[in-house]
Amino acid sequence: MTSTSSTPGLRGLTGLAALHERLEVTSGTTAKTEAVARALREATASDAAWTLFFLSGGRLKRVIGPARLAEHARAALAIEPWLFDECAAAVGDLSETIALLFEHGAGGGELVDGSRAEDGDRDGDGDRDGDEDRHEVRDRDHFESLASWVEALRVLPMLDEETRAARVVVWWRALPFVERLVLTKLLTGELRSGVSRTLVVRAVELVSGVAREVIEHRLTGTFEPSEASWRALVDPSTDALADASRPYPFALASPLDLVPAELGPIDAWIAENKWDGIRAQVVRRSGTTWIWSRGEELVTDRFPDLVRELVALPDGTVLDAELLAWLDGSDAPLPFAELLKRIGRTKLGPKILREVPARLVAYDLLEAQGEDLRESPLVERRARLAELVQTLGSSRVALSPRVEVEASDGVDGWSMLAAHRESSRARGVEGLMLKRADSPYRGGRKRGDWWKWKVDPFTIDAVLIYAQAGHGKRAGLFTDYTFAVWHEGALVSVAKAYTGLDDAEIRELDAWIRRHTVERFGPVRSVEPVHVFELAFEDVRASTRHKSGVAVRFPRIVRWRRDKPAAEADTLAVLQKLARA
Amino acid sequence: MLTHLHADHARPGTRVVHLHRAAEPIARRRLPGTELVLHDYGEPFRLGDVELSLHPAGHVLGSAQLRIVADETWVVTGDFKRDADPTCAPFEPIRCDVLVTEATFGLPVYRWPDVDAELDRLVAWWEQNTAAGRATLVYAYAFGKAQRLLAELARRSDRVERDVFVHGAVAALCDDYRTAGVPLPNVKLVRDEPKRTSWAGRLVLAPPSVRRSPWVRRFGDHETAFVSGWMRVRGARRGRGVDRGFVLSDHADWPALIRTVRDSGARRVLATHGFAGSLARHLREAYALDADVLPTAWEGEAGAERTDDGGEP
Ligand SMILES: [Zn+2]
Repeated sequence: MTSTSSTPGLRGLTGLAALHERLEVTSGTTAKTEAVARALREATASDAAWTLFFLSGGRLKRVIGPARLAEHARAALAIEPWLFDECAAAVGDLSETIALLFEHGAGGGELVDGSRAEDGDRDGDGDRDGDEDRHEVRDRDHFESLASWVEALRVLPMLDEETRAARVVVWWRALPFVERLVLTKLLTGELRSGVSRTLVVRAVELVSGVAREVIEHRLTGTFEPSEASWRALVDPSTDALADASRPYPFALASPLDLVPAELGPIDAWIAENKWDGIRAQVVRRSGTTWIWSRGEELVTDRFPDLVRELVALPDGTVLDAELLAWLDGSDAPLPFAELLKRIGRTKLGPKILREVPARLVAYDLLEAQGEDLRESPLVERRARLAELVQTLGSSRVALSPRVEVEASDGVDGWSMLAAHRESSRARGVEGLMLKRADSPYRGGRKRGDWWKWKVDPFTIDAVLIYAQAGHGKRAGLFTDYTFAVWHEGALVSVAKAYTGLDDAEIRELDAWIRRHTVERFGPVRSVEPVHVFELAFEDVRASTRHKSGVAVRFPRIVRWRRDKPAAEADTLAVLQKLARA
Repeated sequence: MLTHLHADHARPGTRVVHLHRAAEPIARRRLPGTELVLHDYGEPFRLGDVELSLHPAGHVLGSAQLRIVADETWVVTGDFKRDADPTCAPFEPIRCDVLVTEATFGLPVYRWPDVDAELDRLVAWWEQNTAAGRATLVYAYAFGKAQRLLAELARRSDRVERDVFVHGAVAALCDDYRTAGVPLPNVKLVRDEPKRTSWAGRLVLAPPSVRRSPWVRRFGDHETAFVSGWMRVRGARRGRGVDRGFVLSDHADWPALIRTVRDSGARRVLATHGFAGSLARHLREAYALDADVLPTAWEGEAGAERTDDGGEP
């Protein structure tokens, strides 16, 4: 609850910026939790709501695109575009680049070449203008709270370009460094606090005394930041289920990083397909149906064909399931990309509904007849789910079947299951899920009960052809790589990858890239095509949008193939074959 | 001809080296077997057909710009800075026809904050750690930065001679500075302290190379900082895994680079080290100067220089 502390905290943007800065220099979960709790405690209810929103990864719908924002900054600073780009590449973060470039030097003066005290600017105009601007921002009441800042930002897209740029530039000139940085990140939607959701929830618990499970539940679904929503969140008396639409926190699986046999007897486990669709909860309460994606976004209106079937569910039902695109009569779902057509369009025409019919494959029952079933064992929940699905009798709603194998001829069950998993790709699934049969439904990623056992990724050997400086921790180092394979005697780019090398390899490659740059295109450098890397990816498909004709999904670097000359890297034909397979 | 004795500029194996007098003690250790010819600032000497002289660069003790007078006048700045530094002679602008300038921080995002404010911030953080019963571990380049920090700390805190301890590498350089007549506070050596000493409240000054080594284990609960111009950018601090970054550099920032070029009146500028390409291009486009990149033996290692523990030699 908001305190009536005698030392009120910093208000609005100043408070958010101070917290951002504190988290930046605080290490350790306990200290960070305390920092967040202190900030929430000292904030007004409305500021606390918005702070919570931003801390847990909430973002304003993009107010101004990064390219446009960069343009406004360049124009105000009168800096050459290439020089701005070089700065951004060295800093690795657009907002920080802007914040730095608008920083007055020790002697003031904000022109890019603005010099120091010796140039007579220390007490000159540069600073005084700044003070006036600062005055203008500070004096307006509505800028005292985060809510009014958000309002001011949301107005921006409605203004004509010139007014909009002028307004943003005034802020850039007037605000102190960290506030300028945080504001710019709010504009681009890239404010990242670096704290986990669990930590934030724990901080709210510290502040309010409300149990974290309750807070977790109240935060699931839509949390619209406001004074009222904050008060409801931290109110010990509010009924947690007041908002009927609310889904439960999703249970998440961990990647299986041990030998399956270590899980113990196979009978204690339920194996299912790992579907390659959209994870969703169907909430049927108060005579209404909601479909939530795992990102806790409502996607109900994307699936009118499913909702028609789901209205027959009894009131007080919550299903955990996978949304898939699936043609009637087919024994495998359509590729994930097809399903995305449902999400991407603003209007769902009859053509899409016909060509990409949706199916709900249910695997858990979290609530039945208004009763929370999450504490009962999975086998029981599944049994009730099977009954429910059968009663519903819809071709669009299916039970995710249990994958069962039998040990035979001295081959144990886990080995049989492993063999079955090998055929996943042909069956249109990503692998297997392993769930402990007697486990409760636990929100979040609680290691031990749910495992995802995916098929091994595809791999190819590709040649490094472009590099670009990285972001954040890797700022100033070349860590964003583009890779190519051979096609008709030339290299065609097929994938970008950022992860997979260790620090020493990154440094070595960075130094090599600097010495072997062939050409520069802004922040991007082409390099001599010498080094070969093994890349892994989840999937490959034909694509008309890529010059190579194929698109790979989740590419990452497995290892540096120092043993392999570039000439021996793979060819495009290999990828094309995989795409058809 | 040597502008200063940082490892990226001074390599052993040369037969004869001309340098500034104040650099002698360090040169004796770093360049054994090399014949040293010592000069004072502003004192001309001849080699063949050219007249040469050394002038203060303000980078570290004994650092020098090299002025060469033949048909036209050339000035090679070497590493330099224009901020005040109590441990070396201040930079002296020299008019010339051709200027060879360093460009380590040749991007406009590198603009140093007020030196006093930054040092006050550092002292305040030390006090904060002291109040929390923690040790304070400051990483700074052992030659130049460390001595500058000690001299500046002594001006701001009366705890320096009692509570500041240094790594052996820093101590050796401090002795060289004192030999050259630069007053520094008397600080104790970490290695002279008995085992199981409490380090709470103390400030330890060490070269960045000991970061993550067993050497730092003895300090118990502590926070770390890196003191360098690279700390201007947050990603650089996170990349080094230190708690704090303080922006204090022995190099010129962008405005100082531009100002130095303009002060020199040079019509031709050659930039070297770091972001030389950006500086040269900007000078061409914004000032219509004949500017280019001067390739050096170390070209292409900017990344290594920036990520290595050496920081900013
Ligand atoms: Zn140097």
